[in-house]
Amino acid sequence: MSGPAPALDAMRLALVGVPNCGKTALFNRLTGSRQKVANYAGVTVERKEGSFVGPTRGERYRLLDLPGAYSLTPTTLDEAITRDCLLGRLAGESAPQRVICVVDATNLRLNLRLVLELHDLGVPMIVALNMSDLAQSRGFGLDRERLERELGVPVVETVAIRDGGERALLERLESLPAPAAGPTAEWREPSFEQIQQTQREVRRILHAAGYHEPARNRALQRVDGLVMHPVAGPAILAALLFFVFQAVFSWAAVPMELVDAGVSWVGAKLHAALPPGLLNSLLVDGVIAGAGSVLVFLPQIMILFFFILVLEDSGYLPRAAYLLDRLMGSVGLSGRAFIPLLSSFACAVPGIMATRTIPNVRDRLATIMIAPLMTCSARLPVYALIIAAFIPRQRVGAFNLQGLVLFTLYVAGIVAAMAVAYALKRTAMRSSYHPLLLELPEYRWPDLRNLMLGLWERLKIFLQRVGTIILALMIILWFLSSFPAPPDGVTGPAIQYSFAGSIGRALEHVFAPIGFNWQISLALVPGLAAREVAVGALGTVYSLSATGDDVAATLVPMIAGTWSLATALSLLAWYVFAPQCLSTLVVVKRETNSWRYPLLMAGYLFALAYLAAFVTYRVASAVLS
Amino acid sequence: MPPVSLSTLRKGARGTVTDVRDDAQTLGDEAQSTVSRRLLELGFIPGEAFEVIAEIWPGGDPMAVRLGSTLFALRRREAGAVLVSVEGG
Repeated sequence: MSGPAPALDAMRLALVGVPNCGKTALFNRLTGSRQKVANYAGVTVERKEGSFVGPTRGERYRLLDLPGAYSLTPTTLDEAITRDCLLGRLAGESAPQRVICVVDATNLRLNLRLVLELHDLGVPMIVALNMSDLAQSRGFGLDRERLERELGVPVVETVAIRDGGERALLERLESLPAPAAGPTAEWREPSFEQIQQTQREVRRILHAAGYHEPARNRALQRVDGLVMHPVAGPAILAALLFFVFQAVFSWAAVPMELVDAGVSWVGAKLHAALPPGLLNSLLVDGVIAGAGSVLVFLPQIMILFFFILVLEDSGYLPRAAYLLDRLMGSVGLSGRAFIPLLSSFACAVPGIMATRTIPNVRDRLATIMIAPLMTCSARLPVYALIIAAFIPRQRVGAFNLQGLVLFTLYVAGIVAAMAVAYALKRTAMRSSYHPLLLELPEYRWPDLRNLMLGLWERLKIFLQRVGTIILALMIILWFLSSFPAPPDGVTGPAIQYSFAGSIGRALEHVFAPIGFNWQISLALVPGLAAREVAVGALGTVYSLSATGDDVAATLVPMIAGTWSLATALSLLAWYVFAPQCLSTLVVVKRETNSWRYPLLMAGYLFALAYLAAFVTYRVASAVLS
Repeated sequence: MPPVSLSTLRKGARGTVTDVRDDAQTLGDEAQSTVSRRLLELGFIPGEAFEVIAEIWPGGDPMAVRLGSTLFALRRREAGAVLVSVEGG
């Protein structure tokens, strides 16, 4: 290169490490919120990149957080991406100029082999001895300087929870020799004998560096004795999941009322401040009533994500996968499918992306196909709306009846998913045997900063959706619902004469057998873009249907007064299966590289949704009348 | 003490790993990685101490094994590739 390096030419770093080594927490501390989350070209493996400025020379760095890998010989798509990126084999991605290999100081036996494997690649490398504070307090012994000499690369201590060590890490990084042209040695899969030899070298180095492990903490042993107990373990898992869904309802009640009151207040103020007319209606009925009715569910979604992030961080999830392996095996899935399926409770999109940690391609496909049956957070507004309107707020024993109904809906989704998986794995997606082999990491207190960063990401995504897709759809729906204007002299609500009214009544022919009126039928259409939009759409439609002074009344009393209980139950049943989410279908298309699976998915979900709603409506009508 | 397969052991058994058999059982679709290779990479190598710490009822499958200070969940079928000598057995 001639002349000084331009400022934009930041050095490319990669963060590498085995799963559970605390790599992502370190990535978050190094880059703060300067992160870009995207995908690697052509695959759905999440690509996280951040940037930061070095502490001494002010040099700029681009840091790539590579997926966790135990080895350069991959078993999963994640591991394949990590290897290919390091070797510069990835299209559209140049090999990193320097590598930060993160190792868990409390699990060096498992971590160090990868360090030696990377070292052989010849990329300039630095080792971040992560969680060294935890290692010290738990009684691990290690001579860092000696380890550094034995490995022949800089070893810097970083800590698990608080800030610490990053500055030293960066200073050592800057003092590394200038990178060579990239990995020169052609990488080759090591033979069994070579792996054993590397493992012996790991043990020799650890011995030389005075590494010793304490006996495992007695309290944690007792925790595992309970959590992994063949009887108590599954009971604890069930209780935990039940608690989460109760909390989603109970804890969110107060913040939801606040948001709701805020939205109504803004709506009323706007309604009073603006002269009556089209603009007033657009803002109050379209924007505030539509987008506002979705916004109300923000607290519930945040609480759900909070629990999922805590469970992820604590080390509990792989144990749940172990507990459920047998059960999931009975329908032909691997226990590993539990983690993507649990993420699907938040949103099927990251859930489907997380299936890449399932080594077998047919197991992965079957898991993808059932992921939308896990009740995602976008369905929560729909469920919550109907439950609030039709299920009395009372206690059944120690439980909240509304929470109980919600739990039942989640269970219905799970049972349906198991049935579908069973059918798929017996027919199209039958696969040969595939092993489990899962590391159960040590329990760890969730890192508050990671938790907050994760929730912040979700909050941003949710508000962006409300502000863009949902808002736009609400405005379109308002136009369709307001034009053409009703003929002079009619007394009914204007919306009945509009385009939306006609569309809704046309769709009603399809949906009348399952008890949906034209307003619901209409709301299902924008709900295709995102499920929660159905709630906003109902908000707009009913707001415009209202005659006289009850415009400001919120949606809950409105639908409680106009729908029958059978219709409400039928709509709940519909939404257990409803295939209405374009982003999910698009991700499935990308993940499977064909339209076959998304079409199959949409088709089977639609059929199941219609069938379930039909049965529910007929049975409920017969029983209730 | 003749070596036995890890898959035959019940909760509470402890001892040391003596060998990993190459059973050519493939693991994953992304490469020609095998269960035996991954077991070696995870640290199931001769001389390493282990203990069976939990198993699922009924049938004891999968099982949880502590290897050094790391816990692993594996099914009996994978465990079949690991030969061990049992302590006090």
